[in-house]
Amino acid sequence: MNPSWATIADLQEAFRTGKLKAIDTVQAAFDAVESDGQDLNAWTALNRDAAFEKADAIDRRRQAGDALGPLAGIPVGIKDMICTRGLKTTAASRMLENFIPPYDATVTSKLRESDALLIGKLNQDEFAFGSSNESSAFGPCKNPFDRTRVPGGSSGGSAAAVAAGHCTVSLGTDTGGSIRQPASFCGVFGLKPTYGRVSRYGVVAFASSLDQVGPLGRTVEDAARVFDVIGGHDPKDSTSLKTPFTSVLSTLNRGITGLRIGVPKEYFSEGLDPSVETSVKAALSLMERSGATLVPISLPHTRYAVATYYVLATAEASSNLGRYDGVRYGHRTPRHVDSLEDLIAQSRSEGLGDEAKRRIILGTYVLSSGYYDAYYLKAQKVRTLIKQDFEKAYAQCDIIAAATSPVSAFPLGDHLDDPLKMYLMDILTIPASLAGLPCASQACGLDPSGLPIGLQWIAPPLQEERILQTAHFFESQTDHHRHRPPGGER
Amino acid sequence: MIPEGWEAVIGLEIHVQLATSSKLFTSAAHRYGDSPNENVDPVVLGMPGVLPVLNKRAVELAMRVGFALDCEVHQTSRFDRKHYFYADLPKGYQITQQLAPICTGGAVVATVDGVERAFKLNRIHLEEDAGKTIHDGRRGISLVDYNRAGVPLIEVVSEPDMRTSEEAVAFMKALHQVVVATGSSHGDMEKGNFRCDANVSVRPVGQTELGTRTEMKNINSFRFVGRAISSEIHRQIDLIEDGGKVVQETRLWDDEAGMSRAMRSKEEAHDYRYFPDPDLMAVEVDDATYERIRSSLPELPRARQKRFEEELSLSSYDAALLTQSRARADYFEGVIAAGIEAKVAANWMAGELLGRLNKEDKDIDESPVSASALAELLRLLHEGKLSGKMGKKAFSAMMDEGVSASAWLKSNGGQITDPAIIAEIVERVVATHPGQAVEFRAGKEQLMGFFVGQVMKETRGKANPQAVNAALRAALKGGTS
Repeated sequence: MNPSWATIADLQEAFRTGKLKAIDTVQAAFDAVESDGQDLNAWTALNRDAAFEKADAIDRRRQAGDALGPLAGIPVGIKDMICTRGLKTTAASRMLENFIPPYDATVTSKLRESDALLIGKLNQDEFAFGSSNESSAFGPCKNPFDRTRVPGGSSGGSAAAVAAGHCTVSLGTDTGGSIRQPASFCGVFGLKPTYGRVSRYGVVAFASSLDQVGPLGRTVEDAARVFDVIGGHDPKDSTSLKTPFTSVLSTLNRGITGLRIGVPKEYFSEGLDPSVETSVKAALSLMERSGATLVPISLPHTRYAVATYYVLATAEASSNLGRYDGVRYGHRTPRHVDSLEDLIAQSRSEGLGDEAKRRIILGTYVLSSGYYDAYYLKAQKVRTLIKQDFEKAYAQCDIIAAATSPVSAFPLGDHLDDPLKMYLMDILTIPASLAGLPCASQACGLDPSGLPIGLQWIAPPLQEERILQTAHFFESQTDHHRHRPPGGER
Repeated sequence: MIPEGWEAVIGLEIHVQLATSSKLFTSAAHRYGDSPNENVDPVVLGMPGVLPVLNKRAVELAMRVGFALDCEVHQTSRFDRKHYFYADLPKGYQITQQLAPICTGGAVVATVDGVERAFKLNRIHLEEDAGKTIHDGRRGISLVDYNRAGVPLIEVVSEPDMRTSEEAVAFMKALHQVVVATGSSHGDMEKGNFRCDANVSVRPVGQTELGTRTEMKNINSFRFVGRAISSEIHRQIDLIEDGGKVVQETRLWDDEAGMSRAMRSKEEAHDYRYFPDPDLMAVEVDDATYERIRSSLPELPRARQKRFEEELSLSSYDAALLTQSRARADYFEGVIAAGIEAKVAANWMAGELLGRLNKEDKDIDESPVSASALAELLRLLHEGKLSGKMGKKAFSAMMDEGVSASAWLKSNGGQITDPAIIAEIVERVVATHPGQAVEFRAGKEQLMGFFVGQVMKETRGKANPQAVNAALRAALKGGTS
């Protein structure tokens, strides 16, 4: 068995029977990362020494018969938005290029407690601002299926590293599609849980009312195992839900008998690439043949979602990025300054990239006195309407299916001069984010160029279980999740 | 004094630090006087990704003030972000309550020139304090201390309801008394627990619309609030009378210079870009908690003063004096609970105790003589075991040496009042002066003084004079001994 491509269950079985040691998995992970060199550019920092040390400790504990955590010996990568004590956390920004947090995000400490092996930090768009990974201050991560193309974003590194076999699973963050869209572009499974299901403590904030951490894996089951570890209430996050968290793993095989799948007409309109449409429709027919019912539904406010999102998300981002002022940590201008104002302005000018500046300016504008009601307040009202669209739809169906992205991975540099076009491509992922709903993307085929296509599932609040069962069923009926990028059939 | 023909309009915004042990949104210590940047953690420093968690105690303390000032205390309130850049503001925004504050309405009741006035409040909201920036001009550097950053505050915002600096001072003092009495703040002004910003404008008497106002920041003592406001009133009137115009601006009061200077104009004013803080849920206080907090309020100073006047028949002067602090009033009630008459207790506290403490610059809770110790002294006086003169001597010893009144009495000997002891001495005196006794009985009443003198000589002055008189009359009454 090649540990780089094995599932968590396979690895655990191999550990149990002594066929494999944790040290072998960590070695395989770093071999894969290093043989890729700088080319894929999925990682912003590697945790080599600590990972080997931890693997060694796990092997000794296993030998001694000690109890081990649910992810013992499993190589994981963590998006660079998520704080890791003692390991650089940059959010792919010059501003935080040398920032080493003195604390762990709650999800990081949960992963540590689960005995996962932290391989390193994963590349992303700067502060998660983007859908292509090209706004990373450290250069874009590439798509493992075609290295001239983007891996998607913002969690591009999280999707690419899993797709390329660098690690078994990873954590990403999703604000308007940042887990689902790269999962779609890289042909892996990515889950964005219900808003509040996973703690945001220690996760660099982009838009606090939308941000959510979620797992990415090559199989639904792998992602479910990670979700089981990271989910649940956190007293350090006031917005985290108090609903008791129960393991999703044991319910994966419940099947789809009687499942009503809502198919929103607004998601199958112009702009959808024909090969994407064909794959998604084929997937839905398969589900229908397997016992599900397809229900045509309408989500009438979908057309306002992108505008609404870019008002609210930029407003929150402009506020959340105020702390990067060069005073306490992060980049401070080396130039001579005459005043505090100068120090802050210079440091921010140098430390923040173009897309970050663009969003700060947009967000500052919509919150300005005189514009607040017309933009921010109005956007909040539309957000409520979008939420109600879903509530009404779920009277007729149990889960909603659509494409994740209207297109497959596009070439690097394709949309750099047209940010608006890039924003508009988030149309299929943004509505569920605004409604705070759990959603996921899974592979459902390849386009004529051999690029993965993603199928999106959107469920009512707290119904991660339903998504995982449905996606697990689809996976069990198909081989789309087994497509490996070129050179990946090792 | 405001010049003839002019009227001032004053509104106050008072920032009160709440007496919590930790900060408003994190468990870092809220403690004054520690080394710079000792009371910080990632939340205080606004590090990436960290999140605020509301301190429930701060909400309770804010509610107590609201109840005490008869505000509408809301079971649901929300936090907003107020944005500006400054080195001592770690997140680039302050978490405050702009749209839905915890309390609205209410009034501060104060006595001005002997008349009771109710100054209306606009609102009370919760917010976090900022750190402190120290500019070292000599070295050309600025240093920031984040110990104060995130400390819980309430901002008490008055309506523009005051017309003179005396009213403003009375408002501040009355509010101060309430925040301390409710246990919501230590109210220590030297430590910045209670800070005042004043909005001041002037207009000709009779004009209904308000003049252009200025906001004066950073007035941190009762002494200066009056001076600062009246100096601003005069500055504005002088300006207008000289043909100038008041500019809407923020001014900074400088205690040392005794004057204010312009800080920033309206054009330079920040656009704070308020919006609801998405990291915090609405504050929801359930019915049971709401009632518990409301009903746990202590009796407030003004109510207590009234009760002392009406039920204990104290003068309003004494009642005001004894309710100036909760500790003082508690002390007084401790003395009377031990069975001492209210007026006697009040006289001793006003005359002796508070005078002595004042001289030694001590608060009543630092008094070496406890309420029960004072009560014991007053009881001994009442029972005649100590004369008034001796009582004062005993009190001095109690203050200086910490002895109890009864212990002092034992070692210094008290008044001899026991009729049996006195009768025995009297009998001895009469027996040793038989000639005088015969003369007295024969009608020479003037000899009474001689006998009293002899008894006093025998007892070194400690015998109770009335008791001696009575015993002598009994012993010398007719017949022979």
